[in-house]
Amino acid sequence: MNFDDTPQEAEFRALARKWIEANRPDDLMRDLAAADEIKDRDQRTAALVKASKAWQKKKADAGFACLTWPKEYGGRAATPIQRVIWDQEEGKYGALSGPFAIGQGMCGPTVMAYATEDQKRRYLPPLASGEEVWCQLFSEPAGGSDLAGLRTKAEKDGDDWIINGQKIWTTGAHFSDYGILITRTDPTLPKHKGLTMFFLDMRSPGVEVRPIKQASGHSGFNEVYFTNVRIPDAQRLGKVNDGWNVSLTTLMNERFSIGARLATGVPEFFDFASGVKMADGSLAIEDKAVRENLATWAARANGLKYTSYRAISSLSRGERPGPENSIGKLVAAPMMQDIAMYALELQGQMGAVARDDASPSGKLYQMLYGAIGMRIAGGTDEVMRNIIAERVLGLPGDIRVDKDLPFNQVPTKGR
Amino acid sequence: MNFDFSDEQKQLRDEARRFLSENCTPKHVRAILEGKDTYDRALWKGLAELGLIGVAIPEEFGGAGAGRLELCVVAEELGRALAPVPYSSTVYLAAELLMLAGSDAQKQAWLPKIASGDAIGTLALAEGIGDPTPQSIKTTAAGGKVSGTKTLVPDGGIADFAIVVAREGLFLVELNGAGVSRENVETVDPTRNHARIVFNGAAGEPLGAGADAWSLVNNVLDRAAVLVAFEQIGGSDRALEMGRDYALDRIAFGRPIGSFQAIKHMLADMYVAATLARSNAYYGAWALSTDAGELAEAAANARVSATQAYQLCSKNNTQVHGGMGFTWEFDCHLYYRRSNLLALTLGSLTMWENRLIDEMRKRNAAA
Repeated sequence: MNFDDTPQEAEFRALARKWIEANRPDDLMRDLAAADEIKDRDQRTAALVKASKAWQKKKADAGFACLTWPKEYGGRAATPIQRVIWDQEEGKYGALSGPFAIGQGMCGPTVMAYATEDQKRRYLPPLASGEEVWCQLFSEPAGGSDLAGLRTKAEKDGDDWIINGQKIWTTGAHFSDYGILITRTDPTLPKHKGLTMFFLDMRSPGVEVRPIKQASGHSGFNEVYFTNVRIPDAQRLGKVNDGWNVSLTTLMNERFSIGARLATGVPEFFDFASGVKMADGSLAIEDKAVRENLATWAARANGLKYTSYRAISSLSRGERPGPENSIGKLVAAPMMQDIAMYALELQGQMGAVARDDASPSGKLYQMLYGAIGMRIAGGTDEVMRNIIAERVLGLPGDIRVDKDLPFNQVPTKGR
Repeated sequence: MNFDFSDEQKQLRDEARRFLSENCTPKHVRAILEGKDTYDRALWKGLAELGLIGVAIPEEFGGAGAGRLELCVVAEELGRALAPVPYSSTVYLAAELLMLAGSDAQKQAWLPKIASGDAIGTLALAEGIGDPTPQSIKTTAAGGKVSGTKTLVPDGGIADFAIVVAREGLFLVELNGAGVSRENVETVDPTRNHARIVFNGAAGEPLGAGADAWSLVNNVLDRAAVLVAFEQIGGSDRALEMGRDYALDRIAFGRPIGSFQAIKHMLADMYVAATLARSNAYYGAWALSTDAGELAEAAANARVSATQAYQLCSKNNTQVHGGMGFTWEFDCHLYYRRSNLLALTLGSLTMWENRLIDEMRKRNAAA
């Protein structure tokens, strides 16, 4: 048991470290921070994407973009453990990769698995270099946790498909060039069986992107409306009516992010409790109840860190990590929500004062709202528990009353 | 990074599991719970013959000469099987203290007997309600004559010797000699012996003279906390498996109860807690095996996490079993008992939470 790199790992780490040291994007990090302060959404987005694209292009030119992808598609043909080492070395500069996370993490692998060779050579390199940004058009008002309940229609018209419907919660649609889109092509089949996947140009006529204002006040995602949008059949990914299986490729990649930097709120709360004084003048961190709570949270956050070390060790041995990595978001998100509220609660009535700044209590205030979204995005806490129970522990799936019904006979109203 | 046990260590785990699956079934555990014997003598002897008691004791003292990582994998299996033997007090406390601070003569006298299963040892620390502090120790050892009352002493009723924490330092006392009287105390888990020991001028031999006794005690508690955390994760995993298996087999409302989300989510939460505790225990194992400066923080972290995981897993396992979980006949209560005992042994959860925060603050102040 040790934390040492193998000689090959150490060699790659030195290479990565040297390149990052020579190309440190400190100016772009300042641009990113400045972008955050811009009130107008379009201007803020433009500034944020510009800084991110500059770093991504630089990495791509040096062969450090989408490391595990084949070279002919813009990658480095690196091993998964090299990817982890890169992320560790990139550290805080990884914040500049935000706009590309979904495109490179989820759309790319789907395109790689289902597109033609010509398409892969056309679309993957600019996706890797950040010159083109992709989004994922999956969730709908009628299909979130129950994704297969989606209703956006695709109807064949000659060599094209005509798309009508609405997507929702689409992260980054407002700055994306392309998207992968799952649609319903046959409503007379049961719900999982009549779906088909495409990719499309987000500037196609009939595509309308509208921002959603979140409970936190931010606006990172969108509704996307499709009105008679034409997609050539050549942009279909996988067979007609086999879109569910194609979407599993995408979603599997969503849940397979090793060593992801999940925020928990623990370091922020530690700083906060080490600085704030209670009514009797003592530091919060000297209070018995605060210590008990913090210890529980710290042990959970540590557990996540060491669980990711176990996954990294599997990768280092060339093995696929076990299922233990599926717990991350389910642990981090509710904990962050509890910690944030506890920090406000410790301040008494003063806790109610909004502090959206870089101080520990300002960060915790932001987490109070950020955590709501984190508990829902990419699988709600409840969906994550179902996944653990069914795929890890082998418990039976829930009874699905609509599983074998033709989709057009599935009830659409509760009462 | 290789944050995992080696193939040889995993092989040792498999061997221990195979041996325990035959020699430490719930039937064996119940024999101690319901019978007159205070521990499973045949199992203790078997563990000694396999070299599992002296796994981390150097070969020159009759042990197998392996390391603390090997001890961790054995601890996990003992916890999983609820082994009703005085392993933790003899190995994690007494043998560790002897190896840390014992004189060569003391090591020579006791370690070979421990490894061969011929001596049971323990640490006599607590003196009544509350977590021990230097101020709470009233036992004295003037002129090597130990006097005072120790409650509770794990395996105190069956141990051959105890390392006694007195105001003057640590003293090794043979418990079958003059000036020692002891009585067994029934605890939440009668499969492990506990006693109250009264010392009345008992002959004590100083151990680790010259060293700061309280730091030694803290160090051995840290080391034992990592090892007990492995017992706790072994128990957590088994309780989770029992709950999962019952949820798969039990039919209610025309379907396996494991298909109801209320049950699934309970089991998923158990898996999450057990996984976090396992990863934290691994970090503790690394710190223990390398004598890292991080040991105190790693031990407290492993301890807090493992205690919470085992509490949750043993409680939820019983809950998943419904009414059957409340019967004497089902094994759920064996795990519930052990999880409660292990949550209290070596000091309360609150004590370990405080240690964790103290260590985090030290590290941050140093950074």
